[in-house]
Amino acid sequence: MATTSRRPVPVLFRPLNGGPLVKHVLLIGFGLVMLYPLLWMISSSLKPEELIFREPGLWPSTVTLENYTEGWYALKHPFGYYLWNSAVITALSVVANLVACSLAAYAFARLTFPLKKLWFALMLGTIMLPHHVVIVPQYIMFSELDLINTIWPLVMPKVLATDAFFIFLMVQFIRTLPRELDEAAEIDGAGYWRIYLRVVMPLCLPALATTAIFTFIWTWNDFLSQLLYLNNPDNFTVPVALRTFLDASSDSSWGPMFAMSILALGPIFGFFLVGQKYLIRGVATTGLK
Amino acid sequence: MADSVAVKPRKAASPPAQGGHRSTKRSRREARAAYLFLAPWFLGLLVITIGPIFASLYLSFTDYSLLQEAKWIGLDNYVRMFTEDPRFIASLKVTTIYVVVSVPLQLAFALALALVLDRGLRGLSFYRSIFYLPSLLGGSVAIAILWRKVFGADGLVNAVLGIFGIEGQGWVGDPDTALGTLILLHVWTFGAPMIIFLAGLRQIPSSYYEAAAVDGAGVLRQFKSITMPLLTPIIFFNLVLEIIKSFQSFTQAFIVSNGKGGPADSTLFYTLYLYLKGFKSYDMGYAAAMAWVLLLIIAALTGVNFLASKYWVFYGDDK
Repeated sequence: MATTSRRPVPVLFRPLNGGPLVKHVLLIGFGLVMLYPLLWMISSSLKPEELIFREPGLWPSTVTLENYTEGWYALKHPFGYYLWNSAVITALSVVANLVACSLAAYAFARLTFPLKKLWFALMLGTIMLPHHVVIVPQYIMFSELDLINTIWPLVMPKVLATDAFFIFLMVQFIRTLPRELDEAAEIDGAGYWRIYLRVVMPLCLPALATTAIFTFIWTWNDFLSQLLYLNNPDNFTVPVALRTFLDASSDSSWGPMFAMSILALGPIFGFFLVGQKYLIRGVATTGLK
Repeated sequence: MADSVAVKPRKAASPPAQGGHRSTKRSRREARAAYLFLAPWFLGLLVITIGPIFASLYLSFTDYSLLQEAKWIGLDNYVRMFTEDPRFIASLKVTTIYVVVSVPLQLAFALALALVLDRGLRGLSFYRSIFYLPSLLGGSVAIAILWRKVFGADGLVNAVLGIFGIEGQGWVGDPDTALGTLILLHVWTFGAPMIIFLAGLRQIPSSYYEAAAVDGAGVLRQFKSITMPLLTPIIFFNLVLEIIKSFQSFTQAFIVSNGKGGPADSTLFYTLYLYLKGFKSYDMGYAAAMAWVLLLIIAALTGVNFLASKYWVFYGDDK
């Protein structure tokens, strides 16, 4: 930031406004318009049903948690049940992605082996591949294996490092680490496994954190695969449960639906607050979103 | 390739020269270790990616419903798609409009905001976070539900319009405006490309601007002759990425239209129709054929983008 501020300021918007103050006011105004729907949903979740309808304002005149208690018990299971299902799948996915992708990344970044260029190109190619090309055969495969309504179709791809983007991210990161560290460890008698675990991984924490946060958010948000593979209400995850909520409740019961939507967004928002720095750097350097 | 814009591509650390002083025993050991490290990925490539790609190519030439044996029908699925299936054509049209309208709009917003934020403004990280947040949440079911309610007949938009005495309508229930609400949702998530733009702007050396200012170049001139050309690789990167991504949009249309693509197929996204065909009608051969058409469309568009980029993307004089 310090470097940008030294740039000469004769800038596109300067003649238009009376200085930074106007700019800040405009930006905050714009930010408010953008976030308004979100804030409105939060405030609506705290309003009694009849107030939501004709009150676009944000401050609830009466605050109630009724929507939360009602929404919590509106489906077959209490909402905590679906939160737990989502949490299990998400946690397994994060661990699987961290392990499997970093193993592959270490090999690509540090080891020499036959056909390396070919495999690396193939790995990059899979990043571009639309997911829909493989969903039909994947579904058939998992259905033949009798794995529908289990977590396997959701977790197995992560165990097998199919999120190539993260491999790529870590390869880029590992390449910035000095090779001398590996060599020193090697002279001390460490094998590849030990170098990976004791030298490279600890230095990789920023890349691992980015991977963990994005895997968390994507898995938590993921709808299509969970819709496909989890169609028994006992296995529903949060997105699928929210969706049946929409089907089951009449259009007037927004309150409970908003309340549960807030709970669904909560973990993402939490990760956003904690991991902002990594998230923004991750997007800026790799185009990950 | 994907990284080559936002960050200056790092030269691949060249592997230590092989052979010569390195014993073959050692390099064999290294290769064995590498393949062990790569084992999960190899298995995934085979079972989760390449296998299914070929399987879907095969299925696309069959009539298959999961219950009976797949029956070879040659190009029938592909022919049916383009000649006898108005819903397929509709889904292609809807998706094309969605991509063609929302991607440039989203990128324009992203670029405009990045330019405003790039100028030594206090509180940059605060604004960056605020504008980025929708990108993180935008793909979720909860936000799609919110959107459906905001643009519904009793929704927030109409309540606000009511304050100004304007009578609204059910935006998501009207075939003329339903797609527009989804486009707006996409534009709303401009934060991620904005951050990529910001990273790009930061890499433009300030000495360029100083030199231009000394030469008497005005603001607009600087923008046109320095900022824009140096930013074209990033515009290109965002463009390719967003096109690929938005062709695959699914959740928003599914939730807003209750899984049907309505009203009057106005939000029947390509992938939503693929889902309906494959997993509601169990016409899996047809769905596989649709998937391959999607793959070809995306590959062709990306190819065209790369070819066209020669004429407008400026990679500096070092390339």
